[in-house]
This record gives sequence, structure tokens and C-alpha cells, in this order.
Amino acid sequence: MSTVDTHAGHSDTHHHDHHGPEKGWRRWLLATNHKDIGTMYLLFSLTMFFVGGLMALVIRAELFQPGLQLVNPQFFNSMTTMHALVMIFGAVMPAFVGLANWMIPLQIGAPDMALPRMNNFSFWILPFSFTLLLSTLFVEGGAPASGWTLYPPLSLQTGNAFPLSIFAIHLMGASSIMGAINVIVTIMNMRAPGMTLLKMPLFAWTWLITAYLLIAVMPVLAGAVTMLLTDHYFGTSFFSAAGGGDPVMYQHIFWFFGHPEVYIMILPAFGVISEIIPTFARKRLFGYDAMVYATASIAFLSFIVWAHHMFTVGMPLAGQMFFMLATMLIAVPTGVKVFNWTATIYKGSLSFEPPMLFALAFVFLFTIGGFSGLMLAIVPADFQYHDTYFVVAHFHYVLVPGAVFALMAGVYYWLPKWTGHMYNMTLAKWHFWLSAIFVNVLFFPQHFLGLAGMPRRIPDYNTQFADWNMISSIGAFGFGLSQLLFAVVIFQAIRGGAKATDKVWDSAAPHGLEWTLSSPPPYHSFEVAPEVK
Amino acid sequence: MLKISRYVAAAAAACLPTGAALAAWELNMPVGVTELSREIHGLHMLILGVCAVIAVVVFSVMIYSIVKFRRSKGAVPATWDHSTKVEVVWTVIPIAILVGMAIPAAETLIKIEDMRDSELTVKVTAYQWQWHYDYLDKGVSFFSRLARDSDDARRLNSGIDPRTVDNYLLEVDNRLVVPVDTKVRLLLTSNDVIHAWWVPQFGLKKDAYPGFVNEMWFRAEEPGVYRGQCAELCGYDHGFMPVVVEVKTKEEFEAWLQAQQQANGAAESEVAAVDSQTENAAVATVARAE
Repeated sequence: MSTVDTHAGHSDTHHHDHHGPEKGWRRWLLATNHKDIGTMYLLFSLTMFFVGGLMALVIRAELFQPGLQLVNPQFFNSMTTMHALVMIFGAVMPAFVGLANWMIPLQIGAPDMALPRMNNFSFWILPFSFTLLLSTLFVEGGAPASGWTLYPPLSLQTGNAFPLSIFAIHLMGASSIMGAINVIVTIMNMRAPGMTLLKMPLFAWTWLITAYLLIAVMPVLAGAVTMLLTDHYFGTSFFSAAGGGDPVMYQHIFWFFGHPEVYIMILPAFGVISEIIPTFARKRLFGYDAMVYATASIAFLSFIVWAHHMFTVGMPLAGQMFFMLATMLIAVPTGVKVFNWTATIYKGSLSFEPPMLFALAFVFLFTIGGFSGLMLAIVPADFQYHDTYFVVAHFHYVLVPGAVFALMAGVYYWLPKWTGHMYNMTLAKWHFWLSAIFVNVLFFPQHFLGLAGMPRRIPDYNTQFADWNMISSIGAFGFGLSQLLFAVVIFQAIRGGAKATDKVWDSAAPHGLEWTLSSPPPYHSFEVAPEVK
Repeated sequence: MLKISRYVAAAAAACLPTGAALAAWELNMPVGVTELSREIHGLHMLILGVCAVIAVVVFSVMIYSIVKFRRSKGAVPATWDHSTKVEVVWTVIPIAILVGMAIPAAETLIKIEDMRDSELTVKVTAYQWQWHYDYLDKGVSFFSRLARDSDDARRLNSGIDPRTVDNYLLEVDNRLVVPVDTKVRLLLTSNDVIHAWWVPQFGLKKDAYPGFVNEMWFRAEEPGVYRGQCAELCGYDHGFMPVVVEVKTKEEFEAWLQAQQQANGAAESEVAAVDSQTENAAVATVARAE
């Protein structure tokens, strides 16, 4: 991509006394430094990952065998709903914002994010938002139980949790929009001299596109849930046929947000993988330009495929055809990405450090999720797959060994850069192998369950589904427990460990300005803009 | 401890190669008993096959690369980083495959959406948490809800082993009865929230909305009992809202229908009260297909 003038990064060593962080709680509450905010985002999302994971384990424990043993159906429905909201808005999205905060200034040669106070605000909204959301577990009527999609009229039957959860969603949306504005302004204005857009690292590129998606669709979600609110409390009937409205309109609006949202969670993951694979293949990324254009194509297509989430609502034939064809088209740019990663490792010189292990697993397992996505695009077959465990298997394959593995790969890739310490490689490899095995034990059988006819979001099932459910639950507990290793590795590295070099990875090719800075980087990253040739 | 030993026993029982246990390790979509379900199954197998072939090719290259091009084996990285020719190839080939997939899918879709010439129409109204079936112009209608023995066994810690209940959660008190080899059209609506009517053996599911009417059709080719469930989250008892269809020969169906009509004479007034509720909803209704 570009060669880098390396002397600039070290020039601040004599400044850092009077530019260091504040002491104590002020450093965090009043944080304006991109690294401190990035750290808070990442730790927040790690916490939410475990909270949402516990909810998933409640679900899998109840589904371990037929019959109801542990929870009543209402609480079960609350768990599926809250698990999704916590994982999507609390774990995956903030984790990527955390990575963006840490890495974008380092990758483009900037001292910080462009709008540091807004950065602080967008983070500190989140703990309040999730306190509100999680508090609904204790209010009258229980937590929201209508699925994370909050389809009316069912969502209107929610008890006191209803306004709390909607206000929480508004706050999450505001936080995401502010984060996205910050990313765009930073990338557009603060790139180092010589770093043209097409020399920018792919992680920054994918985040730039993701940020536009966020700004485009988060207000749509806010509008949809606000209409729910007014339907419930102010006598409107946007979604009620009795007043001339239409419940299907909610689904159109929701998925106009919801489908780009899927790509909001996966495009930055593509970026992370595109950084890691070349490093450990010791070969340039194959087809850099094509990767950028593929990302942009996926982003564009994400706006015209929303109705494939709702083929069973009874759309006109022409509508079904359009959304089928548009959805199938997404396979083309996504295929280009997978082929390019494959071509990158072909004739490389591979080594298998933890980030590379997670990245390779990502390519394999995300592709499986892509295949089931292509199957779901075929409308007649979707009439069978829709709302079954096949769909559950599909989106968990793209989100867990997809987005979440990419996040773990990213953390293992940049953790030595952040902390200045190498982490425990052996433990990290254990974490990888246990995760990679159990994630398949957990989710692969769910394909079979769905095809055999098990609907999703049910707390109990016919005995014909008992065996694969038991296997899946065993996988869930194995996967959940394995994640404790992840936390151990991270906290060990924060506390200490072997000193990491500036380049960290012996192989770190000249991709990326972040490897020209010390580990950990100086407080204000690049005080003098590096020259990119 | 007791619980664990019970789980172990259950796991062991699940592994026994009895007929029932074998059926429980089901891997694939049922072929079904209608022309549409067979076509859908065919499309499913076709796209699965296409994906499998692509997977074999891509994963082979990846595994080969992982095995062959290792630094530990002294691999020296190549220096190329793009090739317009192969990039065009792997953009164009998938497009061709997709077009090849879209054509048969579109053909089947057109058949699915062809609601003409139905021979029997049943209006299906969904409630939290039961179905109401109304044989239009036949004077027969009834509710259909979870069978009593399943309902007892599914209570939290009921102490009843679901394995001892026939068709646990997949049996109802009153089945939807339809004749074989007859194009049956369903008009789906709901009295409260969104539900979805689904029988895997018929290949199709469709949502039921309050205030709107959706259509779907099936023509079952073999007499028998076919089981499915509500497929759209509809609240507390969403998991306990089975759909059971009994397909009878035409003669048996006529006999059944007559028996129902006679029995209904007595119960008519009761049903009418409930019906007038749903009728009100139906008046405000717009057929979505229009």
C-alpha cells in the first residue's frame, strides 16, 4: 500500500510529561483521548458480551431437553429478546467503535479523533442506556419479550419495560450516530499528508463506509420505535389496521434499518481480517482496490434488500422477485472478498499466531454463514427456512464466528500495541481452539433443527428435536466457558508481560502506520504528522 | 446431582439406535406431500449442492495454502497482489451461477403465488394461542388448540416426561381436516398479534395479520396427518400453538363434513357469538393481494 516515514512517531517522547492523562477517575469520566475512550468502549463491550452470553446460556439450558425445567415462557422470550439487544447494541457495535477509536487515528497518522468531547459523550451515553435496558428485567411485566425486532402488535403488549427499552434504544442510536460522525470527520480531515483515500488501510476504509451506513439508518430505527411509542401512549395508529395503519409497515421500516445494521456489524470485521491476513501471510492483500469497491457495493446493496427478512408477510410477486434477485447479488461482492483473502494466503508464508488463527477461522465459518444466507435468498425455500432454527444458525454463523471472531482477532492483533505487553500465546491458542470447536458444536446442529421443522423462539419442543438441541446446548456451555480465557488473557496483558516491540509481529509488513509508533503509543499518537509516500 | 444423572440417562437414551431415536437425528428438510413442497425441496437441494461445490473448491484452496505455504516450511511469499483477469473471472462466474439459480426459483414462486381455481377455502383466524378454522360456505367452524396431554406435560416442572406424550406439542384437540388431491386455499388473518401458519410437509408458511387477509394454498397428495407450528413469535405461549392437518380421502372428508354440520346445528349459537367478533375484523379488512 504505502511506505512510511518512521521517525515521526517517536518525536514526542520529550513532550509526554505535560500531555499525560489526568489522574484517577477524572481520566475516565472526562476522557477526551481516543485511546482512553477506545479502552472504555472495549471493556464495556466485553462486559456486555458476558451479560448477553449469560442470557444465551439461560436459553440453551432451558432447551437442553424437552419440557420446561427452568424458566417460564415469558422469561424465556425476554431472554431471547434481551440477548439479541445486548449482543448487537452492547457487545458487537461498541466493540467495533472501540477498535475504531483506538486504531483509526493510529492508522491514518492523526493525533486523536477529530471531535474528542463528542467522543466522550457518545461513550458515556452507553452505560446509562444499558442500565435502562437491563433495569427492565426488574419492572412490572418483565423485560421486553417480543423479539429484538419489536414487531407490533406484540411489542405493544409489553409492560412497563416498553418505554424504558425504547428510550434505551434511542440512546444507543444517538451514541452510534455521534461515533459515526466522529469517524467520518476524522478520516476526511485528519489523514497524514500523502495518504490518499486509496492508500488508506482497509480497516479505516470499512469503518468509513460503516459510519455512513450508521448515519443513514439509525434515525430510521429511532423513527420506527418512536411510532411504536406514540401508538402505545398517544393514540396514533401507524401500525394498527383498526385505525388505518399497517403492522407490516413497521417491518418495512424496521428492516430498512435492520439490513444495513447487519453490514454495520460485519464490514468493520472485513476490515480487521483484511489487516491481519496479509501480516501473517507476509504478502500484500490481494486486490486492495477490489476490496474497497466490494465493500462499497455491499453497503449500497444493503439498502435495497430489506424485505428478504419478511418474505412470508404476503408481498406482491414482483416484490418478492426483486428482493430475491437483489439479495442474491450481494453474494458477488462478498464472494470477491472471500476469494481475495484466499488469494492472499495462496503462495504466502504463513504463520499461525492467535490473530491469524481467528482470522482464518473467520474466513471459513463466515463463508458457511454466507452460503446459508444465499440459500435463504431463494424465496420458495425461504418459505420453509423462515423463522426456524436454520435462520438462527445462519445469523449466528455470520455474527459469532464472523463478527465476534474478527473482534477477537483484532484484539489479539493489536493488544500488544495497546498495552505494550505481549500476552500469553499458549492461553490465547487454547482460547482459539476451544472457541472454534465449540462454536460449531453450538451452531451447526441448529441447521438440522431448522430444516427438520423447529421454529425459533420457542422454549420447548417436540422430542424429535431433543438430540440436536442437547448437542447444541453442550456446545453453548463449552463456548461460553471458553470465553473466560479471553478475559484472562486480556487482563494479564494489561497487568504486565514481556515488552512488545514497536512492530509487535516480526512479520508486520510495512502495512499500517500503527506499527511505526511505540508500544504502547504516545498519549497523543502522532503529534507530528508522518509522511506517507 | 440427581438432575445430572437424569441428563446422562437422557443422553444415553438418546443414543440408543431405536427407530424413534434415529428419526430424531433428522438432518434435512422433508420432501413433503405436495407438488410445491417437492419443488421447494428440489430448490433447497440444488442451492445446497451449488454451495457445497463452491465450498469444496474455495476451502480446498485455503486448506492447500495453509498446509503448503507455511513459514515453518520455509515458504517464500510471492510479491504479486492483484490480477485483473482472475478478478473478472470470479466476479462473472458467480453472477452466472446466480442467474442459473434464480430462474427455477422464480418458476416455483410463480406457482406458489397462483391462487386461482381453489376447490375449498378455509378461513384461518389466529388467536393468542389457538387457531380458528372456518370452512367458508360450509357452515363448519371450530377452534383448534394444544391437546390436553401436551398441555399438562408442558407446564414448568410438570413432572411428566414429554417422551411419554404422543406427538408432544404437535397435537391439537380439533384438527383441520381437508380432502386429498384438492386445491385448498387458506385465508389467513389474526385476532390479536402476528402469527404464522406452517406445516413443513406442505412446504409453505404464511403470516396471519390482524386486520388483513393473507392467502396461501396447498394440494396434499397423500392422506395422513401433517404437523407444524406457529412460526411467528406471538407471545407467552408461542411455542404451544401447533398446526395439525388431517388429509382424508374425498369420501371420508364429505362424511366428516356432514357429521360436523349436523353436530354444529346444536353448537351453532355458541360459535356465532365468537364469529361475529372475527367478522367485525374481517369487514375492516383489505385483502393484501389486491
